[in-house]
Amino acid sequence: MNQTPSKKLLFISRHAPYGSSIAKDALDAVLASSAYDQQLSLLFMDDGVFQLLANQSSDGIGQKSFSAILPVLPLYEINSIYVHYESLLKRQITINELVIDSVQIIDSAAICSLLAEQDQLLSF
Amino acid sequence: MSTLHTINKSPFAHATLASCLQVCSKQDGILLLEDGVFGALISAPCAEEITTLIEAGLKVYALADDVNARGLQEKIRRDIHITDYNGFVQLSIEHNCVQSWY
Repeated sequence: MNQTPSKKLLFISRHAPYGSSIAKDALDAVLASSAYDQQLSLLFMDDGVFQLLANQSSDGIGQKSFSAILPVLPLYEINSIYVHYESLLKRQITINELVIDSVQIIDSAAICSLLAEQDQLLSF
Repeated sequence: MSTLHTINKSPFAHATLASCLQVCSKQDGILLLEDGVFGALISAPCAEEITTLIEAGLKVYALADDVNARGLQEKIRRDIHITDYNGFVQLSIEHNCVQSWY
């Protein structure tokens, strides 16, 4: 059987959790894609960085907490998890407030290069 | 490798154009469509950043039907190219990836 060469896919998650299903859809898509042996990375920017806050207790609004879902990502062979530095700065979120510590904080210029090296971008 | 960025929200109400301009490269293209065409006005927030990037080589396009629908034919800046749906398809082919900033 021919092996199709794997592609570099970058999932870009730019929306806050809970208010709409977009943020959750992004995570579902990443986890589903992990079954297909591609080179996956995930970038949080704009309000998407709010997904990363620790101590999210979403029982009261009847939704599953992102604090519970996000820490499993490294188990699914997601190559790299990136967080946009300027988005954190604007929202005054510090690195030690994030629920996963294996993230790479990168600035706008680094994101510019990151986008250029992908085979496919998926925006959420 | 270049990216085509599409913007469909007004920069007067949303930050999507500003976010895009932060991370796009001068080899990229930006297509303004739907309410995104308000970003083609000289009065738009980010207008100065657009000027700087266009001077560096970035190409910015606006979808004709959306420009015309909103009566902006005479109001949009001259350094932005007007295109149509065929042009949209062509731009998607010419760029390696498409990033939709919705």
